[in-house]
Amino acid sequence: MKLLGRLGWDALPLDQPIPMIASATVAVGILAVLAWVVIRGRFPYLWREWLTSVDHKRIGVMYTLLAMVMLLRGFSDALMMRSQQAVALHSQGYLPPDHYDQVFSAHGTIMIFFVAMPFLIGLMNFVLPLQLGVRDVAFPTLNSVSFWLTATGALLVNISLGVGEFARTGWLPYPPLSELTYSPGVGVDYYLWSLQISGVGTLLTGINFVTTILKLRAPGMTYLRMPMFCWTSLASSLLIVAAFPILTATLAMLILDRYLGFHFFTNEAGGNVMMFMNLIWAWGHPEVYILILPAFGIFSEVVSTFSGKPLFGYRSMVIATMAICLLSFMVWLHHFFTMGAGADVNAVFGVMSMIIAVPTGVKVFNWLFTLYGGRIRFETPVLWAIGFMITFVIGGMTGVLLAVPPADFLLHNSLFLVAHFHNVIIGGVLFGAFAGYEYWFPKAFGFRLHSGLGKAAFWCWLVGFYLAFMPLYVAGLEGMTRRMQHYDNPAWRPWLLIAAGGAVVILAGIVCQIAQLWVSIAQRERLRDGTGDPWNGRSLEWSTASPPPAFNFAVLPVVEGLDAYWSIKRQAAGEQPRAEPTYGPIETPRNSPTGFVCAFFATVMGFALIWHIWWLAIAGLVGAWATFVVFAWRDRAEDEISAQEVAEIDRQNRSARAVPLIAGAP
Amino acid sequence: MTAANPADSNAVAELGLEGGAAPGRGAGGPSAKRVYVGYGFWIFILSDMVLFSAFFAAYAVLAEATAGGPAGRQLFDLTSVAWETACLLLSSFACGLASLAAASRSALWFHVAMAVAFVLGAAFLGLELKEFAGLASAGDGPQRSAFLSAFFTLVGCHGLHIAAGLLWLLTMMAQVMAKGFRADIQRRILCFTLFWHALDIVWVAIFTVVYLLGKAP
Repeated sequence: MKLLGRLGWDALPLDQPIPMIASATVAVGILAVLAWVVIRGRFPYLWREWLTSVDHKRIGVMYTLLAMVMLLRGFSDALMMRSQQAVALHSQGYLPPDHYDQVFSAHGTIMIFFVAMPFLIGLMNFVLPLQLGVRDVAFPTLNSVSFWLTATGALLVNISLGVGEFARTGWLPYPPLSELTYSPGVGVDYYLWSLQISGVGTLLTGINFVTTILKLRAPGMTYLRMPMFCWTSLASSLLIVAAFPILTATLAMLILDRYLGFHFFTNEAGGNVMMFMNLIWAWGHPEVYILILPAFGIFSEVVSTFSGKPLFGYRSMVIATMAICLLSFMVWLHHFFTMGAGADVNAVFGVMSMIIAVPTGVKVFNWLFTLYGGRIRFETPVLWAIGFMITFVIGGMTGVLLAVPPADFLLHNSLFLVAHFHNVIIGGVLFGAFAGYEYWFPKAFGFRLHSGLGKAAFWCWLVGFYLAFMPLYVAGLEGMTRRMQHYDNPAWRPWLLIAAGGAVVILAGIVCQIAQLWVSIAQRERLRDGTGDPWNGRSLEWSTASPPPAFNFAVLPVVEGLDAYWSIKRQAAGEQPRAEPTYGPIETPRNSPTGFVCAFFATVMGFALIWHIWWLAIAGLVGAWATFVVFAWRDRAEDEISAQEVAEIDRQNRSARAVPLIAGAP
Repeated sequence: MTAANPADSNAVAELGLEGGAAPGRGAGGPSAKRVYVGYGFWIFILSDMVLFSAFFAAYAVLAEATAGGPAGRQLFDLTSVAWETACLLLSSFACGLASLAAASRSALWFHVAMAVAFVLGAAFLGLELKEFAGLASAGDGPQRSAFLSAFFTLVGCHGLHIAAGLLWLLTMMAQVMAKGFRADIQRRILCFTLFWHALDIVWVAIFTVVYLLGKAP
């Protein structure tokens, strides 16, 4: 037995310039950031205030930052694919098949698991307790563990860039290709362990959010007084709890096949390949709604706030959300109509897939009627929302086309499908995440994002999206299948060239977003929002200061209706001045390095399992367990903020927002 | 402070609502910690049930896929399985007694009951490992057929939970010894007992679906 398992010098891609340069760049970047932090003496601050923080707001910000960094990685993969296909007519292009396959697999994996998921979970983390009017999520330390396990998964995927290889099987590792016989390398193992580890983090987040929403709400906040974003987050978290264990089980079966010679999905000894498709999509379809539902919630908040109106049809929106939550478990088979389950089964799933479009349609009309007759302020978040409505409806309609089994037999695995799911994921999830980022950024940091650059980014993304993906619909209808490293049909070429141009326009959008963040930080004094309520918001997060104090609310608000903060503002405008509340001391959860340390051991364990370094894997597991025991042995779980300190912090917030109210704002 | 102020909300703490029991449709404010810790753990158990149901589904699909090898009828020994069941259920009973002892803060009885629960749980695990070793040495290990892969995974996943539970059990005993019946430790005891009883439910399903139906003619 080798001490380092399968790991050797040949794991470094010294003969392949592209991954070598890319991984060297990433490594130098990480080292440069670390060096900067250490040289400037910022490490103690970073450790104390961020890495060990269990504050839901800090964790939310870190999640979002992780997502944005990983978006850059996933988008570079996209640029490589688009440029490869633009040149690969009758030629091999510049990416060999071996590398091209890793690029599209990494692109999908990263975009779903390490961009879309952490972006939305980050926003939920930041916003949920504030909207619910409470001080934190139910399990703050567990929340930190969740984040760091997600970061572990992202780290392992990125290590695969420089050490070894990534999967060549697509973003879902379909057997038998992903079995040891056809994928003997470490690529699939990188995929499996990074997803298993980050999947545990996601599951814990789901449990945490379900408990928070159902058990921790401000007094008076009944279910039907919760903001729409809380409802969609609840639905999404319930789906996480119900669906992610299926992913864990399915990947565990594949792991057993690969590591111990089991026969779940092999071609021999009775293994059943189609069982993998069924299981993975029993998770995978709910996953689609795990992503889109929080985005729906963000659009609901944004549309209502910037129209200056309550959300149209709140109750129908709640029903539609929960209907989608339930129906999302009944459509999985439409991902493989071509399996050959027979006409009856396909018909049932085709009809179910069309039915799920109904509650989604209800939502679209509700947003339109909310906008209708409103005094719309065209700030950046509402632009994303309107862009979403148009784009998402197109994506939804192509989805209904794909739900027709006979049509699906022709379109299956074509670029039409690729265009469809990018249409709903970019136009829905990503636009939603960007809308939420623009909308809640001033709450998180106390200053707005630069508006002009934000609008420029929006237009680049919108135009770039249409240029990049509408041609793919056409190429798909002309018969081009997905994941082609090269092709010899000249009729596809023009469409792929337009698509490559679209990717460049999206790149311009991303450049605008980076510039926006940079410029906004540089001009933060000019963009400062002292009121804590820059958009004239309606829900409770706008009633506290920006950035909110560690305890969120000096005194828990009492909710008397929907749009809680809006009604408080309306009452306050007409009322006599009210006396200051009595402040009491507040206990906040103590910071803990548990999440960070646990993730360190998880990284070690994951890396060791990928490379078959068994002693190190056991050491990692024992380390993770020991971390929890140390955590369980601590004697103080909370820090107390004295009543006087609370009063001082809250007085600033009160005086800041008393001024515009006297001036008669709402 | 003289201005009308939207941040100024009614003082909840004075109304005694903070940390209340959250009655009705949740209008009573945040629940007490003991309530939501147990609640969150129930949600975790639900997710664990989903995990098991995926393995059950795989077993149901692959139960006939014996690839020319033996089926459950030839392999299962119901006597040994009956002993396993007895050990596990009695272990759960002892665990229930431990939670009663914890409720009345009797450290001695808590440790006695937990020790009994541990011994019975370990006996269950020993019997299961003996069955697994017997199968593997006869050439009927998980690599033999898809049926045996699914069998070992489903039953083994339960066994892995039991092993983790035994580790947790010892950790809880050590915690009570070191820290006494503190509020947070009482909450952990609650979660542990939930976990231990939930594994019984899974075992009843395994006993029925795998062993009884597998042995049925």
